[in-house]
This record gives sequence, structure tokens and C-alpha cells, in this order.
Amino acid sequence: MKKYLWPSLKMTLVMLVLCCLLYSLVVAGIGKLTPGGGDGEKITVNGKVVGYANIGQKFTEDKYFWGRPSAVDYIASGSAGSNKGPSNPDYLKIVQDRIDTFLVHNRGITKEQIPAEMVTASGSGLDPNISPASAYIQIKRVAATRDLDESKVKSLVDQRIEKNPIGPDVINVLKLNVALDQLNQK
Amino acid sequence: MNTELLGVIITYVLTVLLAIPLGKYIAKTIKGERTILGFMAPVERFIFKICGIDPNKEMNWKQHLKALLTINFIWFIYGFIMLITQGSLFLNPDGNPSQTPDLAFNTVISFIVNCNLQHYSGESGLTYLTQLYVVMFFQFVSAATGIAALFVLFKALRDKVTDQLGNFWVFFVQSITRLLLPLSIIVAIVLAFNGTPTSFEGKDSIVTLQGDSVQVSRGPAAGMIAIKQLGTNGGGWFGVNSAHPLENPNYFTNVVENIAILLIPIALVFALGYYLNRRKLAKVIFGVMTVGFLFILSTSVYSEIKGNPALSKMGVLQPTGSMEGKEARFGPAASALWGISTTATSNGSVNAMHDSMTPMSGAMQMLDMMINAFYGGIGVGILNYFVFLIVAVFISGLMVGRTPEFLGRKIEAKEMKIASVIALLHPLLILAGTALSSYIIVHHPEADWAVKPANWLNNPGYHGFGEMLYEYTSSAANNGSGFEGLGDNNIFWNVTTGFVLILGRFLPIVGPIAIAGILAQKKYIPESAGTLKSDSYTFGLMTFAVIVIIAALAFFPALTLGPLAEHFSLK
Repeated sequence: MKKYLWPSLKMTLVMLVLCCLLYSLVVAGIGKLTPGGGDGEKITVNGKVVGYANIGQKFTEDKYFWGRPSAVDYIASGSAGSNKGPSNPDYLKIVQDRIDTFLVHNRGITKEQIPAEMVTASGSGLDPNISPASAYIQIKRVAATRDLDESKVKSLVDQRIEKNPIGPDVINVLKLNVALDQLNQK
Repeated sequence: MNTELLGVIITYVLTVLLAIPLGKYIAKTIKGERTILGFMAPVERFIFKICGIDPNKEMNWKQHLKALLTINFIWFIYGFIMLITQGSLFLNPDGNPSQTPDLAFNTVISFIVNCNLQHYSGESGLTYLTQLYVVMFFQFVSAATGIAALFVLFKALRDKVTDQLGNFWVFFVQSITRLLLPLSIIVAIVLAFNGTPTSFEGKDSIVTLQGDSVQVSRGPAAGMIAIKQLGTNGGGWFGVNSAHPLENPNYFTNVVENIAILLIPIALVFALGYYLNRRKLAKVIFGVMTVGFLFILSTSVYSEIKGNPALSKMGVLQPTGSMEGKEARFGPAASALWGISTTATSNGSVNAMHDSMTPMSGAMQMLDMMINAFYGGIGVGILNYFVFLIVAVFISGLMVGRTPEFLGRKIEAKEMKIASVIALLHPLLILAGTALSSYIIVHHPEADWAVKPANWLNNPGYHGFGEMLYEYTSSAANNGSGFEGLGDNNIFWNVTTGFVLILGRFLPIVGPIAIAGILAQKKYIPESAGTLKSDSYTFGLMTFAVIVIIAALAFFPALTLGPLAEHFSLK
């Protein structure tokens, strides 16, 4: 084994320089050229940062579209899913509670109309998106709270749909809500 | 729903189309022929010069293993020291603490063995220094170790009698300079331009639109994510791995990362065919692996799209399928594809929480890791498959009454003994580990560890048993994904899975290489009419049967107690 000790030690050092130092400098350098400058893409309103485009935020007020339930309450210093198994009775109770809350805030909606994603926690706890269906069933509530025309809110939602020909269509909740605030100011 | 299935098909087909030319390229590289990355040759010569290595000196199989084990041992010492001192070292903008010795033991082993089981969360359990200079370092070198071991097998299977099987250092260095590093740079650039952070800035504090103050974890993640996928490592920058919207920002990056998971393991199968000039053999191996992979994949996709029966019973409609633990931008079909890709290849990164998937998907993911040879980990997948091949050759030889031969070499008692031990080691590690942890939960629920056994499981009943079974399966298969509800950061899990990891990595490398080394020195018997053709589809079927029988017989009872029981109780 002794014969291989020195080459192994030196090889370790060389690879630390090549795969760690040089490689991460190259990637960091290229990152500077990207839209967010490598820090993550931010969203600003009137010059003030209100969040990251890819990081979901907690929305509980009726005037905003809500995102999905989160196991970490959208605290983005960490990330986690619920890790609840599909047959766990505690989990099924939590889902039932979420359904009840959703129905209280969205009058006129029935249980069968709620897409499953609005009552199940996301994988990261920071999911920035919802499906168009999940936005549509919130239009009535949002429009009523903001005193806006439902058709106007609906067309705003439609504009915000990010189409995906081979996967699910999504809407970025933060971007939608920013646009919604601007609609009110007009 | 149909469009989501289209996404799955496109991703898989693209992967195979890319893997074929890559396999050809890898074969050319080992042969020493001119390739497009020929300009790396001076860099490699420079590296050999500094390290005092003569690249032209060939090694026999024992020397290969000695070099491999020595450098791995050095990495262990280096990594362990770094992790238990990281809190007081530089590049730690978030002020994260050092790891406890048992956690550091588990972490360092897990990354050296290409497993990347993570009993910590990236945002708080590591610093930028250890993320890059320990974790990412191991992601490169452990993948290169696997490839170097596989190349020894390639050399041994040529049709000449020799004990000279190439040079370990050349295989190792070229795996990095000609394969892993260039591909990683490409993937990292794609990720960076789609929103994955690359800079060294620490946590950011923001006030949200609704007025809450939150902190956002960041860091130079793009480079690490690229190699974690390409090297079948799987350990993520952020706690939830590629479910995190910075680690995997959109559907496009999801396709790219999923391709990166499968690409090299599949390409190596083609490389075997091109290198040995036995394309039919490679086709048969690829065929057997693909049939197994697609069967497991379709079961999981179907189960996820159908949704969770318990929620349907409550009256929740699941038009898109089961969504607990999944991200809206990927949806159930792409999440199921990822779950099967990552467990088939011993990668272990996740884009959805496996703990929350439907029981059938959980069963399929475990089955994938129990077999661990449908494509398999980088390099080691084919080594595992080779063990099954030897067993299949032996059994078919007995069935037709001929001397068992593989590629012109007799398979005799010694090789067969090694192959049997390696094939049986995997079930032994998994089942004994699960039995031990189950015993402790029942008989010592109040043991005084960081997490009491009574609190280990995040879910009751069959699913809870599944969490333990999954953890040992993932460790033995060097996979690294988990049913993450398990409270695994305590001395029991850190130490037991640590040992399972070492045994599950190095014995399945040592065994096949020993067999290959012994075979290479045996007399070469040219194929004749009396030879059992190892590149026929009949023999492929035979290998498939051996794999199914070994996996099914050994693991079926355990799977029945866990996910299968949950599946049937949900109906």
C-alpha cells in the first residue's frame, strides 16, 4: 500500500485544485453573465425587492392568490416536504382541515372543485407555482375582496399562464400577485 | 395528462440518443484513439508528472485495487477532519456549526462511496467550503473511481491472455478530464442561465409582498448540481435536493437533469460494446436493463397519475394525480420518471418526496435499488450486472450440460463463489439492517440517542416499516435517496448505515474485479459451435430470470410487509 500513498496524496491535492477551485471559479464566472448575476433572480416593485422569482411566498390574505400548502411555511432559509405517507391518518386529517379552510374562504366552491395540489404540501415547501385550475377557483374570492371585475382578474390569470407542451402548465403566484397589485393601482 | 406522458417519453428517448455517441466516445478514449477532447492530453501529462506517476506502466488487478483503496482511505481522513472542523473554517457566510463525529463519519463515507445519503440538510449542515471542497470533490472522484474500476473489467474481457489491465491513475484522471468535468460545465451553464445561483453570497433577507420577513438560502449551487447528476451521486445543495426551485428551476432544467442522471450509466453499456467490438453483447445487456427499467417505470407512472386512493375516498379530485410532496412545475409523471431514474442508477437525487408517493411507487423504487443493475450506478452498475451474468452463465451451463464459458473463458468454482457471495451480500445487508432497527424500535424505544427510537418513524404502520427498509436499501445500493421522514441523524443510523455503505460499495467493486482479473489470465478458447452464446437474446432472457429470481426471492417478503401491504390496505 505504501507505494501508492504518495501518488494518492498528490493526486488528491491536484484534483482539489482542478475539480473544486478551478471548476467553481469557471462556473461562478459564467454565472455573472446570467440574468440574476448568479445570485438568484429577484422581483422588484418600484425599486423594492419583494422576493425571488423562483421561491414561493406565503399568501394567506384573501386579496391575494394563494400558493400551495408548505411544510416549512415558506421559510426559505430551509426547505422540506411533509414526508407524510399516503395512508397516514394524521396526514389525512390535515388535508381535511385544509379543505375546510379553503371552503370557508372561497364561498360557492364545492369540495370536488378544489384541485388536489391546493390541499397537499409541495416537495420543497417553496413551490412558486400553481396550476391554472387552482388560480381559476380563487378568482371569485380575489375579485370580490378587491372590488374588481371577475373577467378582468380572469384575463390577468390567463396572461400569466406559462404553457408547457410536454408537462404541466403553471402560473407563478408571486408574479401574478404583483400584477394584481398593479391592476388595483391603475 | 397525455402531454405529461409525452414529456416522459421524450426525456427517455433523448437520453438514449445521446448515450450512443457518448458510449462510442468513451470507448475511443480508453483505446487511446483521437477524440475531440484530445487537447486535454498535455493537462493529463502535467498531472501525472506532478504526482510522480508513470502513465505507461500497466497494473494487474490486485495493484488496481490497492491504488483504488489507498486513495479512498486518504479521502476518508481528509473529509472527516474537514467536516468536524468546518464551523471554525473560512467560507462559512451563514455561520453553520461543525458536524458531530457520528454525522461526519456517515457523511464522509456516504460521499466517498458515491451514495450521498444525507442525514443533514444542506442549508444548515454544511458550509460553502465543505459543500465545494468535500462534498463536490467526492462527487467527482467517487464517480471517477467507479469508472476506473469498470475500465479494468473492460480491459480484462478482451480476447487476450494477460494480467496487464491498464493503469488505474490514467483511467481515474481521464474519467474526470475527458468525461465528468466537460459534461459538468455544460450542465452547470444550462442551470445557471435558468436561475440556479452560482455566486458565493450568503443568505438574503427579504420582506415578502404580503409583508413577512424571511431569509432565503443561496450559494454556488449550479456546479455541484451538475456533477451530482452526472456522477450518479445525488447529494443536493439544498435539503430537498432537486425539488428545490433554485436547484431545479423549471421543467426544462428538470429534463436536462433527468437526462444527466441516466446518461453516463447507459453510455457505459454502449461503451462496453464498442470497446470489446461486441455490439450484440452490449445490445442484449442494454435490452435486459431496459425491459426491467421500463416495467418498473410504467408501474410507478401509472400509480402516481392515478393518485392517492385515500384522498379520492375523501372526495378530493386528483385530475393531475398524486401531488403530496411534488412540485407543480414537474407534475406526477415527470416526478415518477425521476424517482425511477434516480433509484435505477444509484443516483439518489429527488425532485419529489419519495416518502409521500403512492405505495406502489415506493415499492418500485426499492425494487430498483434491490436489483441495482438496471443501468446502475456509474461504473458499478455494469459491475453488478456482471455478477448476475456470471451466475446466469453458470446456471445455463449446468442446464444444457456444457462447461460454463463467458467470452471464451471458463467460469469455475472460484469465480462462482465470489459471484455468489457478492450477489447475496446485498440482501444480507439490507434485511439484517432492517431487522435490527425493527428490533430496537420494539424493544428499546426509549434508548437515549439524539432521536429516540420511538420517534424515528414519521408515519405509522406498514409505511413506517417501509421507511426503515428504504433507508438500508438505499445505503446498500449506494443510492442516497430516502424516505426522508425517518429521524436518521443519530448515532444508530449514522453508524449502522455507515458500515452498510462501506460494505455495499467496496465488496461489489473488489469481487467483480477479482473475477475479471482471474478470467483475464485464463486460456482463451475461441467460440465454436459448442459454445453457449452469451450475446444471444435467449441468454439475455436467462440473465433477466436470474436477476428477477434473486431479487424476488430475497426481497419479496420484506416488500410485502411494507409498501405492498400499504397498497392493498388503501384499496
